[in-house]
Amino acid sequence: MTERLPSLLPMPIGEVVEHRWHQRRAVLDLDDFSREEIEITLETAVRMREILGRPVRRVPALNGRTVINLFYEASTRTRVSFELAAKSLGADVVNVSASGSSIEKGETLLDTVRTLRSLGGDILVLRHPHAGAPNLVLDTTGMPVVNAGDGSHAHPTQALLDALTIRDHFGRVDGLKVLIVGDIAHSRVARSNAWGLSMLGARVSFCGPPTMLPATCLGPTADLPWPIQVELDLDRAMADAQVVMPLRIQWERQEERPISSLREYARDYGISQERLCRAPSEAVVLHPGPMNEGIEIAPEVAHGPQSLVGDQVTNGVAVRMAVLYLLVASTSDTADSASNTERSSHARAH
Amino acid sequence: MRVRIRNGRVIDPARGVDEVRDLVIVDGRIDAFVGPDVMGDFDLDVDATGLVVTPGFVDLHCHLREPGFEDKETIATGSMAAAAGGFTTICCMPNTAPTLDRGVDIEFVQSAARRAGRARVLPLGSVTQGQLGRELSDMSEMAAAGAVGFSDDGHPVWDARLMRFALELSRRHGLPVVDHCEDPALAAGGVLNEGRVSDLLGLRGQPSSSEEVMVARDLNLARVTGGRLHLAHLSARGSVMLLRAARREGIAVTAEVTPHHLTLTEDWALGSMGGRAYDTRTKVAPPLRTEADRRALVEALAEGVIDVIATDHAPHRLIDKECTYDEAAFGISGFETALGSLMTLVASGELALIDMIRRLTVEPCKAFGLPYGTLAPGAVADVTVFDPETTWQVSSGRFFSKGKNTPLEGKSLRGTVRMTLVDGRVVYDAQADAQ
Repeated sequence: MTERLPSLLPMPIGEVVEHRWHQRRAVLDLDDFSREEIEITLETAVRMREILGRPVRRVPALNGRTVINLFYEASTRTRVSFELAAKSLGADVVNVSASGSSIEKGETLLDTVRTLRSLGGDILVLRHPHAGAPNLVLDTTGMPVVNAGDGSHAHPTQALLDALTIRDHFGRVDGLKVLIVGDIAHSRVARSNAWGLSMLGARVSFCGPPTMLPATCLGPTADLPWPIQVELDLDRAMADAQVVMPLRIQWERQEERPISSLREYARDYGISQERLCRAPSEAVVLHPGPMNEGIEIAPEVAHGPQSLVGDQVTNGVAVRMAVLYLLVASTSDTADSASNTERSSHARAH
Repeated sequence: MRVRIRNGRVIDPARGVDEVRDLVIVDGRIDAFVGPDVMGDFDLDVDATGLVVTPGFVDLHCHLREPGFEDKETIATGSMAAAAGGFTTICCMPNTAPTLDRGVDIEFVQSAARRAGRARVLPLGSVTQGQLGRELSDMSEMAAAGAVGFSDDGHPVWDARLMRFALELSRRHGLPVVDHCEDPALAAGGVLNEGRVSDLLGLRGQPSSSEEVMVARDLNLARVTGGRLHLAHLSARGSVMLLRAARREGIAVTAEVTPHHLTLTEDWALGSMGGRAYDTRTKVAPPLRTEADRRALVEALAEGVIDVIATDHAPHRLIDKECTYDEAAFGISGFETALGSLMTLVASGELALIDMIRRLTVEPCKAFGLPYGTLAPGAVADVTVFDPETTWQVSSGRFFSKGKNTPLEGKSLRGTVRMTLVDGRVVYDAQADAQ
């Protein structure tokens, strides 16, 4: 392993990364990540951030590899950060979006993926409005895939960058209370954070209008599918929260109007400066973006001293570099699995 | 034409018969003499030692897709698949293109089924024209043509007043109105059961209440009108509770449940049952629900609160399922796995063999007023012979149905149909027809 890595990721990132994911062919969500795997990813991202701070922000780790960004939904930060991440690792990057491609002519997701693979794509970064689309791609074509957001299901790289941002700020994630507020029912960010942050020891709480909570959140606690708390009183929930994460209302995923007005929402669930004062003074605010300022978050909070929104965006590139790098390393491992077991146990022994 | 089925375990729930003996068929009817060692010459002499011999299974709910969707199924392939599943009479839903909403549509299905010459096919007509839920179909004309019931299946009759009219009209023609109970506003475009699994997968769920409120409405209208109500494919525990109360009250209602709702749960969509997450083959309407729902359905069936097992055989093309869960079509291809699925309940002790057969034979005939479902002397010789022991692996490539959409692909089931006879004529013989 120690001989392999330099060829894959030449020395510029500093020291050799000893850890690897094992046998992972895709990043679909964080529900199948161990704590160790999440920590490996965050450590790797820290090293990637170092590369991004250099005058020449590029290493040849993924030279000759092709990363395809296939986006069926609008996106600015996720698509651009995946693109910058892949380029910083020396990969070729191709962006395909639903408009302006054969998707407009009725080509199915699977046919598009098969075509992109035949064209030489090594890793697919997929954003899709339907939950489970990356699972379908992996199960059907076997192409290594990174989920860049699928419907209301998962957004694992967002959760990883949130974890990194929180860890950077507090020096730990363990023991912190993270309060996620708003349209949880339609939020893939909330779902992935429920897995990722809980795995790292945070206490995650969901809070929002009862009409915007997942179905199980109004039932008995024992039926909750995630290791989280549900709180219906926002002001009380804020009182002991170190991290507050308001979410955008995802109108594009619902036809109904589960609240009477945005005014009502902003008043009852918007994170205003006044409301933020109820939280401990050390509290910080994260937002996965895009923000609707004045609705779920007041502008002075979004751009205020307690906001880590800018750090989140910067960390997004580093985390996605780590994910792409580790996935290539992992799939290369799987490719010659004969010596893989030996290598893995060697790695663990360190 | 004389047929003897020798030394089988003859189970005829209509008469409480369960004993090893010979069964003789003369000119398409069950012969009066059904004892051991029947003498004489036979055109066909079948050794059924170790096999179960029952009245042919009767399915009140299936989709044959013809006319209009012949790439999913035809009356010929569907009635063959039914025969291979042990079904001798199947009642097909009118959600075709065009909708079966006139007498000639009913006659079209009947004649195509006669040409196919496999299972007997009895069509239902639609309650509303084009199944659009706006204006009533000419049910009287369809009844005269031979429709066995009326349904807008696939959709509920969501307009309560139209449902009331339909039940009132059933007082005249005497045929059941079959409702697919689903409140569209509450179902809200859901693609599986609302709850733990839909929350985990981030998919929009259909709450049990979307079925239950419609069941409550229909039972109420049946009480008001005295009409003949039949509730299609119940899936939720709450529906069972409503139905039990209605039966106590004496409301004239019958109800069915599918093999998949009796044996599978929402966890199959999660991939936690050895499959994979988002397996579109688990997408069906109504959705697979929780283990508590499944148990309530099995219990209701054993109690007789639910009368009938019906397949809701819903064949689709591969590409209708090889897509995301949101995009996938609802439905499971069910004829050829029905017996094997139900026998798992018999094996686990949840359902007695004779009760399983009762709910596949005499009870569906009672519900729709059909003259089949028994091996009584003089009865129409619709007979199913099956092997209750042999295990087999589900391989949809070997289905006679065009619909290969089964969540049971690769699973081991016990119980295989060996021979199916309609009117005393062999329409399926496992040895001769195997593919």
